[in-house]
Amino acid sequence: MSEFLRQYLTVAIFGGAAILMVALMLGVGRLVRPTRPQGQKYLNYECGVDPVGSGWSQSHVRYYIFALLFVMFDVEAVFIFPWAVRLDAMAVFGLVEMTIFIVVLALGLLYAWRKGVLRWI
Amino acid sequence: MVVADLPYWAATLIKTGVILAVIPAAALTLGYVFLMKTMAHMQSRLGPMEPGGFHGWFQLIGDGIKFIQKEDIIPEQADRAIFAMAPAVVLISTFLLFVVIPAGPDLVAENLQTGVFFALAVSSLSVIGVLMAGWASANKYSLLGGLRAAGQLIAYELPLVLAVVGVVMQAGTLSLQGIVEFQQHGKIFGWGGIGLPLIITQFVGFVLFIAASQAELTQAPFDMPLAESELVAGYTTEYTGFRFLFFYMAETATAFALAAIAATLFLGGWAVPWVHGTVANILGPFILAAKVMVVAFLIYWIRFTYPRFREDQLQAFAWKFLIPISLANILVTAVFKVVF
Repeated sequence: MSEFLRQYLTVAIFGGAAILMVALMLGVGRLVRPTRPQGQKYLNYECGVDPVGSGWSQSHVRYYIFALLFVMFDVEAVFIFPWAVRLDAMAVFGLVEMTIFIVVLALGLLYAWRKGVLRWI
Repeated sequence: MVVADLPYWAATLIKTGVILAVIPAAALTLGYVFLMKTMAHMQSRLGPMEPGGFHGWFQLIGDGIKFIQKEDIIPEQADRAIFAMAPAVVLISTFLLFVVIPAGPDLVAENLQTGVFFALAVSSLSVIGVLMAGWASANKYSLLGGLRAAGQLIAYELPLVLAVVGVVMQAGTLSLQGIVEFQQHGKIFGWGGIGLPLIITQFVGFVLFIAASQAELTQAPFDMPLAESELVAGYTTEYTGFRFLFFYMAETATAFALAAIAATLFLGGWAVPWVHGTVANILGPFILAAKVMVVAFLIYWIRFTYPRFREDQLQAFAWKFLIPISLANILVTAVFKVVF
């Protein structure tokens, strides 16, 4: 197995160990804790009165707009990292290229800002 | 180092065991020192100073015993499987963070080539757990808290990621071990006495990183997802006992991990001047722990001092302030690096 794959095998093993630990803790918890079922305990909490309507209510669209903006900038970050590692080799060429890239993205942010998308109403 | 000579499986087993022990210890230490004692001192809270006598040492243990004894209640309307899984997802994302943090020249679970990138990617997995918890509870407060948390975590993910780019640019590597070595062997205008802790050149990046990790931890002043005066307890409203505890363990352990990453990126990690080789392997964990405590103190100090932002202020702060500054920081660092 190559060194690269072996490293990620370790990560996978750690993931497995984490799942095991969580399962173990919940298992111990199950042995220790009491269980006294009673109808009212299983109602949703709503300030002590019986819940009104469904808990899955509609939510405002503004969350999705921010999520969209996030995807844009996160993809940008993915492009910036390889450039940052190799900056020494690319020197002035890389600097000019990335300046253009970041300025274009900053313009995008400015556009969203002026459009009022960044306002949380 | 002895571990390096062992076969892969044995070495991995030891590493897994050590990390499994380190995480609860880290969470307990931060919980005890900062959440209980520092908070009690700073905010004149009398309760946590009482149990057990001296300085209330028993408080945290008592809390643990209390949580274990609580009944595990899953609301009738909830999406049972997802509701039960959500705290585990959050905790596992925390767990994976510890894989790449180096505590000495050889003391690292796995020195990934893309270490920082991996850490940042894994830390954002917890968003999924939080959204699962908020959605599956079938509770209005939980849903609002979950959505707020998701909106906040993704908004502050960007300054966190972009703040690291400056460090990566200077060190020329993504590996955390490589970044530590760069700082250890760096020179300040030709003087190599203390290496080059990157906080000197990347101070803006450090401030951005701390502010963003504060928000990633959903701590005051960024604790709207859990705002108890508005949303009861946000996405943890319906959780009881152990599963509730998981969220808090994950939060405290993530605070430790993020403080450790900040210490590694900006303060030189396990390295101090004149300590090399085997001695560094022995002293490394202690040095790193000391630096982590300094950074964690900073994070918790801010938490205990400032009141909560409003939701719109929170988003505006990220998008209109932190992100433009972090972009400017990248460009300025690049210009300095290429020109000088």
